[in-house]
Amino acid sequence: MKLSGAQILIKSLIEEGVDTIFGYPGGAVLPIYDALYDSDLRHILTRHEQGAIHAADGYARATGRPGVCIATSGPGATNLVTGLANAYMDSVPLVAFTGQVVRSMLGRDAFQEADITGITQPITKHNYLVKDAADMAEIVHKAFHIATTGRPGPVLVDIPKDVSAEEVDYTKPGPISLRGYKPTVKGNIAAVNRAAKAIMQSERPVIYAGGGVINASASEELKKLAELIVAPVTTTLMGLGAFPEDHPLSLGMLGMHGTKAANYAVCDCDLLIAIGARFDDRVTGKVESFAPEAKIIHIDVDPAEIGKNVRVDFPIVGDVKVVLNQLLERLEKKLPGAWQDKVKQWKKEYPLRYDLKDGKAIKPQHVAKKIHEVTEGKAIIATEVGQNQMWAAQFYTYTRPRSFISSGGLGTMGYGFPAAIGAQVGCPNDIVFDIAGDGSIQMNIQELATAVYYELPVNVAILNNGYLGMVRQWQELFYNRRYSHTPITAPDFVKLAEAYDAEGYRAEKPEDVEPVLKQAIESSKPVLIDFIVEPEENVMPMVPPGGEIKNMLD
Amino acid sequence: MLHTLAVLVENSPGVLARVAGLFSRRGFNIESLAVGKTDDPTVSRMTIVVDCDSRTLEQVTKQLHKLIDVIKISDITQDAHVERELVLIKVHAERAHRIEVMQIVEIFRARVVDYSPKSLIIEATGSAEKLNALIDTLRPYVISELVRTGKVAIIRGSKKI
Repeated sequence: MKLSGAQILIKSLIEEGVDTIFGYPGGAVLPIYDALYDSDLRHILTRHEQGAIHAADGYARATGRPGVCIATSGPGATNLVTGLANAYMDSVPLVAFTGQVVRSMLGRDAFQEADITGITQPITKHNYLVKDAADMAEIVHKAFHIATTGRPGPVLVDIPKDVSAEEVDYTKPGPISLRGYKPTVKGNIAAVNRAAKAIMQSERPVIYAGGGVINASASEELKKLAELIVAPVTTTLMGLGAFPEDHPLSLGMLGMHGTKAANYAVCDCDLLIAIGARFDDRVTGKVESFAPEAKIIHIDVDPAEIGKNVRVDFPIVGDVKVVLNQLLERLEKKLPGAWQDKVKQWKKEYPLRYDLKDGKAIKPQHVAKKIHEVTEGKAIIATEVGQNQMWAAQFYTYTRPRSFISSGGLGTMGYGFPAAIGAQVGCPNDIVFDIAGDGSIQMNIQELATAVYYELPVNVAILNNGYLGMVRQWQELFYNRRYSHTPITAPDFVKLAEAYDAEGYRAEKPEDVEPVLKQAIESSKPVLIDFIVEPEENVMPMVPPGGEIKNMLD
Repeated sequence: MLHTLAVLVENSPGVLARVAGLFSRRGFNIESLAVGKTDDPTVSRMTIVVDCDSRTLEQVTKQLHKLIDVIKISDITQDAHVERELVLIKVHAERAHRIEVMQIVEIFRARVVDYSPKSLIIEATGSAEKLNALIDTLRPYVISELVRTGKVAIIRGSKKI
């Protein structure tokens, strides 16, 4: 059967179970878009390639299925770069397709040529340049295999225009064979036994769970483990939702803006069980003072994470879900004691709080908390980056995996809104909120047109304080209140929403918060809500950068 | 400490850039790198010498393993192995000095591979120390050009990497 490279691409995507792709056409992908015209694949046309890749990323995080996006050569491809780096840092399964100039023009600085495989080498799990249409099917299947197995990540496939136009005899490729890529699934038995023994001997265990638990769909196993050994559980930003925060053993988030209870427990524990987490500097603070008295068990699918930032006593490489089941088989029920009482006391003594007394301005924390109340904790929350992200992390109680979608590793402003669009595409029956700042939302505001066109009822709660708030907070605390270029203006968000044919509301008083949120949820259109909040509110508690996590400002 | 890594990689375009890029962006220093096809034309073998402590070496190895095109990595530093570098040296040997140069070549078991009125090209293989010694010895006779490969290494006996 004769098929063009582009037709083989579409056929292979369908074989991979893809139903939706996010993209933006251009010259070098004309043959691909021509083939797409005849297919049943749903294509979401964004207003910027960065919007397409973040939407694919949000789709992947919300559904657990790989996100797919497509862009043309040159600027289309380079506009994907931030999105690729973002997905790479947060281990998101994503396959990005880019057009490329025709093979004979490669390397000649042709119109809209960019060496995208070269550029994206350090920020993709792997990438391919397809040089022959006969290789297309095999490469596409390999790309999905690499993106979704082991530690997930983005894979880029670069396709010269004449390769997608070229017709070749199509033969179905055989099973994938990658001799250099064989992720470990099962934990080494001896290592699991040693870790189980350490758990049974520990008196003050703490579980530190990261995004790897969500990637491995291991929340149930995590809960079983915590309850069996009565270990308090703290999660990273990426791990929010991996363990229900309304559970008595939950400590909430740890690290720079974590809870005091979580940071104190980590500093005092005699055994730290790290699961699918990578000891990021925002978590550990000064690394020498992180869990100083503890033996460390580290379970991760990526062997390179073990021993990268801290020394580990009991490493176990493998799929988190499989390893947790291996561990559970070897553990016995433990009983709570003085340690659990101490932790409970910390939780009681140091809850996250904000000052409600001054009833004049809306407290941004209050908005996050009210979103939780109004949606009964069932929403999918995306965030931008900065103060909005931390308040969203702190004050919405996450109880299920894949309900918190945020740019953790790269910290990409402008991520949340397109990610929320992607999440809404993947989960049409869920309520989706993007908790945003007035700075971040302006970075990808053009995607309002996408949300309106595809009738995606995404809600954007803008915590509008007139500042690039997190940078301002650091200037206040560490740069003597010299607010260099952090006051920022914004358009009238209500009018802007109306201009896009979305809905726009404004809330200026605390008592307006709840009604306006209810109104937003009931609307079938995308909604922008402009919450005018306390301008100089800070995210607290806080570990100063590089400080010890037990010393928190508040 | 110097470590010698034997690395099998897919013989695919860009693999050298992937390996070199990994070293530079993670801040690892390559002392030398040599690469060529093996008896299996789909596989290339790299010999990489890195100067680092054992903890960094562990990271180097693990990060290399993450590259999809890397098939196998062995640290052969502790194994008994044969290692060789090759050097080509162009010497401006005047007639008066040629005998001395030829004697040096003999002592180092090197070879003269080009002989012209104004210059000689000397080829030598061996360990880095031996080649360094040869170069030092030849320096007074005016070295006009020098090119050397990175180290290649292979484990002694029937053991494979």
